[in-house]
Amino acid sequence: MMLDFFDLYNYWVVIFLMMAGFYTLIAYDNLIKKIIGLNIFQSAVFMLYISVGKVSGGSEPIAADNIELYSNPLPHVLILTAIVVGVATTALGLALTIRIKEAYGTINENDIVQMNRDAEAEKAQEWGRE
Amino acid sequence: MLAATAIAVIRQHSLFAIVMLFGIYSLLSASIFVVLDAVDVAFTEAAVGAGISTMLMLGTLVITGHHERTPKHGPVLPLVVVMLTGAVLVWGTLDMPPFGAADNPVHQHVAPRYIEDSPQEVGIPNMVTSVLASYRAYDTMGEVIVVFAALVGVLALIGIREQKSPRPVSTTDDKPPRPVLQVMAKLLIPYIMIFALYVQFHGEYGPGGGFQAGVIFASAIILYVLTFGLDDAYALVAPSVLRPLAALGVLLYGGTGVVTMLMGGTFLNYSVLADDPVQGQLYGIIAIEFGVGLTVATVMMLIFYAFISRGEKAA
Amino acid sequence: MSMHLPALQVIIPLLLAAVIFLFNNARIAYIVSVAASWLCLAIAIQLLLLVNDGSVIEYAFGGWEPPWGIAYNVDQLNAFVLVIVSGIAAIMFPFSWRSIQAEIPASLHVLFYTALLLCLAGLLGMTITGDAFNFFVLLEISSLATYTLISLGKDRRSLSAAFQYLIMGTIGGTFILLGVGLLYTLTGTLNMADLAERIGPLQASRTLQAAFAFLVVGIGLKLAMFPLHLWLPGAYATAPSVVSAFLAATATKVAVYALLRFMFGVFGADFAYGEMHVELMLVSLALVSVLFASLIALLQRGVKRMLAYSSLAQIGYMLLGIGLANVSGLTATLLHLFNHALMKGVLFLALAMVFYRTGGSSMRHMSGLGRQMPWTMAAFVVGGLSLIGVPLTVGFISKWYLILASIERGWWPVTAVILVASLIAVMYIWRVVEVAYFKERPADLPTVSEAPLSLLLPTWTLVAANIYFGINASVTTGIAQNVAQTLLGGVQ
Repeated sequence: MMLDFFDLYNYWVVIFLMMAGFYTLIAYDNLIKKIIGLNIFQSAVFMLYISVGKVSGGSEPIAADNIELYSNPLPHVLILTAIVVGVATTALGLALTIRIKEAYGTINENDIVQMNRDAEAEKAQEWGRE
Repeated sequence: MLAATAIAVIRQHSLFAIVMLFGIYSLLSASIFVVLDAVDVAFTEAAVGAGISTMLMLGTLVITGHHERTPKHGPVLPLVVVMLTGAVLVWGTLDMPPFGAADNPVHQHVAPRYIEDSPQEVGIPNMVTSVLASYRAYDTMGEVIVVFAALVGVLALIGIREQKSPRPVSTTDDKPPRPVLQVMAKLLIPYIMIFALYVQFHGEYGPGGGFQAGVIFASAIILYVLTFGLDDAYALVAPSVLRPLAALGVLLYGGTGVVTMLMGGTFLNYSVLADDPVQGQLYGIIAIEFGVGLTVATVMMLIFYAFISRGEKAA
Repeated sequence: MSMHLPALQVIIPLLLAAVIFLFNNARIAYIVSVAASWLCLAIAIQLLLLVNDGSVIEYAFGGWEPPWGIAYNVDQLNAFVLVIVSGIAAIMFPFSWRSIQAEIPASLHVLFYTALLLCLAGLLGMTITGDAFNFFVLLEISSLATYTLISLGKDRRSLSAAFQYLIMGTIGGTFILLGVGLLYTLTGTLNMADLAERIGPLQASRTLQAAFAFLVVGIGLKLAMFPLHLWLPGAYATAPSVVSAFLAATATKVAVYALLRFMFGVFGADFAYGEMHVELMLVSLALVSVLFASLIALLQRGVKRMLAYSSLAQIGYMLLGIGLANVSGLTATLLHLFNHALMKGVLFLALAMVFYRTGGSSMRHMSGLGRQMPWTMAAFVVGGLSLIGVPLTVGFISKWYLILASIERGWWPVTAVILVASLIAVMYIWRVVEVAYFKERPADLPTVSEAPLSLLLPTWTLVAANIYFGINASVTTGIAQNVAQTLLGGVQ
């Protein structure tokens, strides 16, 4: 069985992946890299669900005559839904990225924050002249 | 291997390479899902992660450029946050039931009914489809709405150029013709579409269903766009045709629910659709799976159109 | 049909969103949306009346009884929140038509209403659902719609604000997914009532504690709990005016409700207070956010941004009420859900009218408006008084209970912070009033006339509600006290 590979460490490997994605998400400034980090983070959570649903020696949950033990179908259903939610978010995030690139000329979060601040300061000056 | 890919994604600075690695990462995780018996999930992850998401990311890179500057601020705070979160999770796993044991609470309470009774109650062998389309059909409707909401967002943000481009057929001048590719695509696309239909209607028996079928169907069109260009694809399926279809898919799903209400059941209780409850379940599942497939396929195509037409405008 | 009310509450806006997308006509979209919001309000009120005796209505989707199928459970707590959300929608949707003419290009109006209905449906669904995973799905529906709505703002900053919210919101959503997954691992069920029963004997489980942590942080991101609030000011300040108004009045309320539901309805008060000592964290975070957000609000030039920070402070009050862990505290939280929706609704709608006439909502745009837009500014003043907590307005009622709760506890510093923050609120509201009433309109800005009736009428409906429920608070306090007692159960 392939299962030896997972054994005890299974959950922890998944957690490692999750944190790798989470790190990419919060540590980097590039918007696309953030979205990719988000995807890795999410898919690691999906793996956690699916591992929970696994029954050793079970088979995929499609009823057949000669099979006694099935893995749990419920996590599979939940994760199907969650994957779809994930891709929907990704599509929206990428569309926003495109608009941000067009409006700001960059997709680096630091630069964008700086530009927003500058705009704010400019307005403040205008107000000060009153 | 997954971990290695994930780390490579973090270390890389070329966004193009990152996106490619991400595609590989998705395929790898799909294979892990297979090992864990989640064939439906694996199918979807491969189609979505390695297919649609990667494609959309590439489409975005075309517009935004693909080099990442090195970050200026130190990685200390994020590292602390991540470590903390990870620590809480590891702490949480300490009392988790052992991996794979059949007597875990997850396998005791709700799941046995799905496994033991669904082939009789719902009448189809694929338990994932039974749970998805009947026991938890309302979640699945939510999922379709989420896809629909993404479409609304993408349309509001980047829109779609509805007409063909103003200068007709001149595109062939600046693009080299790709005869081999085009012939290959022409050969492949019908088969992909037939496969999509198979996945759509075979979801009750094997892995598959409306969502996967929709994605596959959309990818056939995407292949067409990539080889023949957007204008030819518009001639095949115009966005003005797809838009209403996306809403109709949602309404088909919801409408099925409304019909079951009118026939005296609760929302999405298919058993009232026919004299024999199991037969009713089958009717209901076919109807909503078709709604799912319709919305997913049209939304994916529209979103892809939107990204490509935006890219052409930018170029 | 009355047995279907719980399902209709969410399905009506959900499916009508697809219908208006199909028709692709802005006027139809508007009329259908308004009709949907009124229907929702009617249903919500009907539901509240049905559960007023303390009963619980259960609606099993697909005919599968929970925990196998998904169920909606309506009790007094969520019926109350349903009335708040759909009531605000019923007032703001009619307002939206005129307001978006000035702020959103006409080609996007249909998409705007589609997203708005989806957002409403998602918020109502999150409130009414009795299934932990279904909660996540509906949360994502409302979130995606919200990101879209925010990004429709005129300023390019709305794009970066929407993106930031998308990232933070999705982290929140994924944390919630993780928490639900851990709960599922432990119990094998997703139905909230069923979960509550099954986690009873597991109090000491470390997995349960981790699940609690992830759910609280995940929901905390959504409700902008300090220090997870970074997305909120930008989002509220740059979104189209009516969107800011709608979100400020509803979205965070639903998130607070979700926190209450998971804390008390799933984990149970004993676990939350006894095992996790969540009250210590909540009180300290709440105090920090009440003080700091109020101070930062004082520094803002844009009035919208100022109100956004003030919202953070108000969220602090609500969390404080939960943290005080007694019946008065929870009553205050519940009352403030309702009352804050009313007062922030008025303030943001008044700003939307200012924006409609002057094309902006900074202090500069508001100078001298007291004479030129008297009704608009009067509404703003009433909303401001309510925010401060002046007697005869709703703001007074919830603050009163909050102070009562802190005194009952004997936590004098908390009482002091509430009073100091109220004083700061007086200051930042006064800044606007001063500019509007005692400053001449700058010569380079055109004179403007009063906002049209179609905008004033919804706003003044809310103003009336602010005063009515401030004078005659017996209905709301009755419900809030009832619910607070039920939630705390045996703890006291």
